[in-house]
Amino acid sequence: MIQLKLVRPLLGALLSLCAAMPVATQAQSVAVTSIVEHPALDSIKDGVKAALEEAGFTEEKGLNWQFQTAQGNTAIAAQIARKFVGDRPDVIVAIATPSAQAVVAATRDIPVVYSAVTDPVAAQLVESFEPSGTNVTGVSDMLDLERQIELIRAVVPNAKTVGMVYNPGEANSAVVVKQMREMLPEYGMTLMEASAPRTVDVGAAARSLIGNVDVIYTNTDNNVVSAYEALVKVGNDAQIPLVASDPDSVKRGAVAALGVNYYDLGLQTGAMVIDILKGAEPGEMPSQLSEGLELHVNLQAATKQGVTLSNDLIDSAANVIR
Amino acid sequence: MSLYSMWGALEIGLIFGLVALSVLLSFRILRFPDLTVDGSFPLGAAVAAVLIQADWDPFLATLMAVLAGALAGALTAWLNIRLKIMDLLASILVMIALYSINLRIMGAPNIPLIMEPTVFSVLQPEQGISDYVFRSLLMIMIVVIVKCALDAYLVTRSGLAMRATGSNPRMARAQGVATGGMVILGLAIANALCALGGALFAQSQGGADISMGIGTIVIGLAAVIVGESILSSRKLFFMTLAVIVGAVLYRFFVALALNADFIGLKAQDLNLITAVLVTVALVIPLLRKRLRVRGGG
Repeated sequence: MIQLKLVRPLLGALLSLCAAMPVATQAQSVAVTSIVEHPALDSIKDGVKAALEEAGFTEEKGLNWQFQTAQGNTAIAAQIARKFVGDRPDVIVAIATPSAQAVVAATRDIPVVYSAVTDPVAAQLVESFEPSGTNVTGVSDMLDLERQIELIRAVVPNAKTVGMVYNPGEANSAVVVKQMREMLPEYGMTLMEASAPRTVDVGAAARSLIGNVDVIYTNTDNNVVSAYEALVKVGNDAQIPLVASDPDSVKRGAVAALGVNYYDLGLQTGAMVIDILKGAEPGEMPSQLSEGLELHVNLQAATKQGVTLSNDLIDSAANVIR
Repeated sequence: MSLYSMWGALEIGLIFGLVALSVLLSFRILRFPDLTVDGSFPLGAAVAAVLIQADWDPFLATLMAVLAGALAGALTAWLNIRLKIMDLLASILVMIALYSINLRIMGAPNIPLIMEPTVFSVLQPEQGISDYVFRSLLMIMIVVIVKCALDAYLVTRSGLAMRATGSNPRMARAQGVATGGMVILGLAIANALCALGGALFAQSQGGADISMGIGTIVIGLAAVIVGESILSSRKLFFMTLAVIVGAVLYRFFVALALNADFIGLKAQDLNLITAVLVTVALVIPLLRKRLRVRGGG
């Protein structure tokens, strides 16, 4: 640790020196892989590319950019990892847990920047959020659950039971549900779970919560996000307010969401990629959490789902749908 | 295509070669449409991953995975034989059940093995050979052993009874073969092979994931059919060889598709390109036959 404390300012100084210099003209290559194509994950890819372009790494100037998705298939994710390692790019960006694991298992020397992995430590990508000392670093989209619970309480101050619809087969959701189960009692609330292993189960799972819960909270579960309208229907019909974790769901009918803007997460990931392209060692860069959380609220949905939002909450929102 | 990506295709192809052998046994030899493999592949991965994380020896963990797979296959057969549930439906039931069971076994949707000892890392020599080459060579050895063992079994008395059960159950029964027992044994072996594939896949790819099983049967069938169209033979030795070659070829097609960007194709076209390549592989024998007919006439 003592050594690292010395190294980091030195590195910082070196980086700012590099930043002051014009970008090297030699061809550099960034390979991006994602487990599936879906709006949030695609926004990350777009954010990474935008950050690179902003910093002068464009394809016109010789940046070799490639993107591959495994189309939901882990065996293909493994093959993409092999292809990338064979191509020897300067940085590999791996989006979502299975893709990141495949890449990290395939190379110990090419720099890897993971993104949108909720729990990189549990996924064994890094040993902790400290600098890893290996070829791996990245950005986690883990949400600060205290702030999520505060939002739930701000929307429904008297809530006793929080309902959650989620896919038990999704690593990201399992982590959130486990933590919520442990944390909610501290706030005098309990959790009621409803599992939806397929997108078509989301509506039925939500209906099973009617009468038992005061509010339905959802994390960024892929199934739930894909079938959010089914949840909105239940929320509107049964007057249960919906609190989500991704801002897009607010447009679709959630009352409020305090969530990661995935495009910004991509920009943040891109900034790490740029540092590495400019010579930083991934092993000396600590893993990061998402910086920009945005609050979105939907007043129409609030009326339909029987809650009145406080002015404080509405004022602090980045986006209010009236 | 880089050398690294070719070795990768060979390694993953050989792992799916085990799945292809499994599908050959259930689908072709026993004539049992068995979808259990979509569940037994991740079952093998789950059991191996959980045990390795619990500090079991990776070989023992892999063996347990194989036994778990055998149990799953036997269950499908039992539902079919004893409870008279239609074969396809019985296998679907077990496949669906295995999704929940796998989640139970794993306790989480994803178990990483990146930092754990695996059969590959334990055997990996310190020097002289890089890990990606070594993994492929080890897989060649494993697949050759499994293939030869399966070939040897299928010419024993019991193996012949199993083949008879598949090709003509009524005749087999008339000859005194307990066809129900043969189906149970056959599916147990088939799913044990598939679980072995899953266990090895998890160990070579950094972990088990609940979504691993999706489409296993499709890939297994594709490997069997591609293999048969390229190397069609009634001889047992060539039948098993053909499906392994088919599985490896399929992976080479995927690797090729991943490298198809130079002709203006994009990431989202991957499945389409793979399908086209496999179609071409299937059509080649037909074209060859037509040419031969024309040449002869």
